[in-house]
Amino acid sequence: MSSQESPETRTSTEPEAPRDASGTPVISVDKLVKKYGERTVLKGVSFDIQPGQVVALVGPSGGGKSTALRCMTGLEPFHDGAIRVGDAKLTPGPLARHKHELARLRLESGLVFQTWHLFPHMTALENVHEAPVHVKRVPLEVARNKAKVLLEKVGLSHRQDAMPRNMSGGEQQRCAIARALAMEPKVLFMDEPTSALDPQRVGDLVELLDHLKTSEKLTFVIVTHEMKFAEKLADRTLVLYEGHVIEDGHPKDILVAPKDPRTRTFLGLDDA
Amino acid sequence: MYTHGVTSRARIARWLALIPLVLLAGALLSCGGHRETALERVRRTGILRWGGDIQGGEPYVFEDPGQPGRLIGFEVEVADAVAREMGVQAEFVQNDWSNLVPSLERGSFDVIMNGLEVTPARADTVLFTRPYFVFSAQLVTRRDDESATSLDALENHRVGTLASSFSWEILRERPVEVVAYEGTEEPYADLRAGRLDGVLLDDIIATRYGLVHPELHLTEDVADGYYAVACRQRETELCEAIDEALAAIAARGELRQILARWEIDNERQARLASWTDEDTHAMLLVRQRATFTAHHAWLFVEGAAVTLLVSVLAMALAILLGLQLALARMYGPKPLAAVATSYVELFRGTPVLLQLHVLYFGIMPAIRAGIGVDAGTEYDAFFAAVVGLGLNYAAYEAEIYRAGIQAIPPGQMEAATVLGMSTSLALRRIIVPQAFRIALPGVTNDFIALLKDSSLVSVITVVELTKRMTITAIDVRSYLLPGLLCAGLYLALSYPLSLLSRRLEAQLARESS
Ligand SMILES: Nc1ncnc2c1ncn2[C@@H]1O[C@H](COP(=O)(O)OP(=O)(O)O)[C@@H](O)[C@H]1O
Ligand SMILES: [Mg+2]
Repeated sequence: MSSQESPETRTSTEPEAPRDASGTPVISVDKLVKKYGERTVLKGVSFDIQPGQVVALVGPSGGGKSTALRCMTGLEPFHDGAIRVGDAKLTPGPLARHKHELARLRLESGLVFQTWHLFPHMTALENVHEAPVHVKRVPLEVARNKAKVLLEKVGLSHRQDAMPRNMSGGEQQRCAIARALAMEPKVLFMDEPTSALDPQRVGDLVELLDHLKTSEKLTFVIVTHEMKFAEKLADRTLVLYEGHVIEDGHPKDILVAPKDPRTRTFLGLDDA
Repeated sequence: MYTHGVTSRARIARWLALIPLVLLAGALLSCGGHRETALERVRRTGILRWGGDIQGGEPYVFEDPGQPGRLIGFEVEVADAVAREMGVQAEFVQNDWSNLVPSLERGSFDVIMNGLEVTPARADTVLFTRPYFVFSAQLVTRRDDESATSLDALENHRVGTLASSFSWEILRERPVEVVAYEGTEEPYADLRAGRLDGVLLDDIIATRYGLVHPELHLTEDVADGYYAVACRQRETELCEAIDEALAAIAARGELRQILARWEIDNERQARLASWTDEDTHAMLLVRQRATFTAHHAWLFVEGAAVTLLVSVLAMALAILLGLQLALARMYGPKPLAAVATSYVELFRGTPVLLQLHVLYFGIMPAIRAGIGVDAGTEYDAFFAAVVGLGLNYAAYEAEIYRAGIQAIPPGQMEAATVLGMSTSLALRRIIVPQAFRIALPGVTNDFIALLKDSSLVSVITVVELTKRMTITAIDVRSYLLPGLLCAGLYLALSYPLSLLSRRLEAQLARESS
């Protein structure tokens, strides 16, 4: 419904975003309102994301980043506004009422949780081919071979028979990425991918995501509270602050010249 | 830990050392002076305490319906007549019928007089007086069963009776399949339902519980048996005094007048007036006490097999149904969840014994009648045992699974959901397999409990390990060897499971750490 949203409908706090020259956005979020009880966590959030973009959703802890992600992945109902991901259109109201659109959404997008949530009773390989076999009904042999390719891509072929409890945090994260990619999504959402990684490993992750971006033709939406990580990885950054998008632009530009004074506080520039 | 073990062992040893002292003191006290006999005590206090169970009902001893609190019945009148003859007063002591003999031995009352039939097994444990009633063990069959003309004609057929009764002892000598019951209504109910082909019981019971149903009829008077007063083994004086009193009231016709008032007098009772000591001898002729043989041991193994089979099948049912209940409760639509919750509360909140009774004697015959198949079969009891225990344990399994499912982090369901799995697929592939691992030690423990609870199915006539033990114990007049063997077999079944459960728990702890 808001796929052709015009810049005029935006609030003044949301600056113009850099865009791919062409076409329809793959994600449209329009005046999204989300409450937990009496508390409004997202207060009319809007943004469009073009295919192929790597977007970092940053902001202070408690700013509503994970909540926005959960709304976009159909894990949380919302109260007002609209979300479109690929061909799936979500509207306000209980999730049980949107079964059909949610099913479509699952085919369009994948999600890597902050704590991965691998299936602990399955090996790494089984984790990856579980959904293709049982949701898409791909023959087991085909799915297994594809899962092996994916594990290789994320650098985990040597761990394909490992149980999650015997894998390191980084390995579990890579496995969770492969599991999400096995469903061939257009968009990959990730929540705080750096939170459980050693600082040395963050570089490996950036490299992997860069590689996947081109090889899988993916759009990334990555939630992080670390501006440094966003800067290394993203070609666009949205700053979410107390339920509003207060910055939208290239991470370097935001770092150098934040438009909103609250961004300075978040970045710690005021103290510096 | 080690020192603690030593000190507590030392403390136990000190207590054990006291035991001989206590025994010695007891012995000295009991040797001091002349010990009063039971008869002397009855004479001194002027009260003869007789034990019985008013639940046996009319015509034995029961509460006057018109005057609650007042006891009436032919045994009340016989007890009063005997006491009067002895110059004392009779006083009734209420006691559960199945425990009358142990209570007598414990001294809860002086004698038993409550339809206690003279059987070889009982004659071995108590002293019997002459009888105060001669009954007939009567074979009752279905009117439409023309082949059931006598007990001999029922060779290899199922014949019901009360456990440990005179009729039970007769049936065990015959080539029939004996089915033992705990209550008097149930054998006739099963005969009418076609689960039995005959019932052999005292004429008083047959008249009141069997022949009141028009489709049943009296087929044969199989043997005469006796109700007599039972005294403790060593109290011969009291036993003889009561015997004399009974002889006196029989000789002057008072006994038959009482029986006539209760409409149970008949030509069989003529023998009471002319009863001699030789008759008592003949009545008490004790069958050779059986010894524990390899055959008994083999029957025990069979009993253990029945226990195991009932338990395994019931547990399989409980696991499948319990899972459905847990899922319905947690993920089902509201009405279904409410039904599942009620189910769990109902089956956990009522005795399993009651559930077995209602299923076997109530629901199953009603269903048969409903679908027009009215012939019950010999497999009904086994079926009811499996289904009854399975339905009951399903309630407990449901709670174990529910706890197991609740222990799975919500992120698992979310991860499955974003991969496109439906709730049912996610439950089947992701949640339940994990929950089952968590539930497994609890399920194993429940299976051990079920092995033991399966002894309850003897109330619906299934002969499993415990029932086999009681039957054998009556035969060999001792609970020691049968009891130990029975316990050994239960342990052999449950101990490996106990080990398994502990290993599973340890493995689970390792995996979750
Ligand atoms: N399930 C929930 N119930 C109630 N409040 C919640 C829930 N999830 C998040 N919140 C609240 O919403 C706000 C935004 O949370 P979140 O989206 O997790 O922020 P971020 O990911 O930016 O740190 C926080 O104040 C948080 O306490
Ligand atoms: Mg968060």
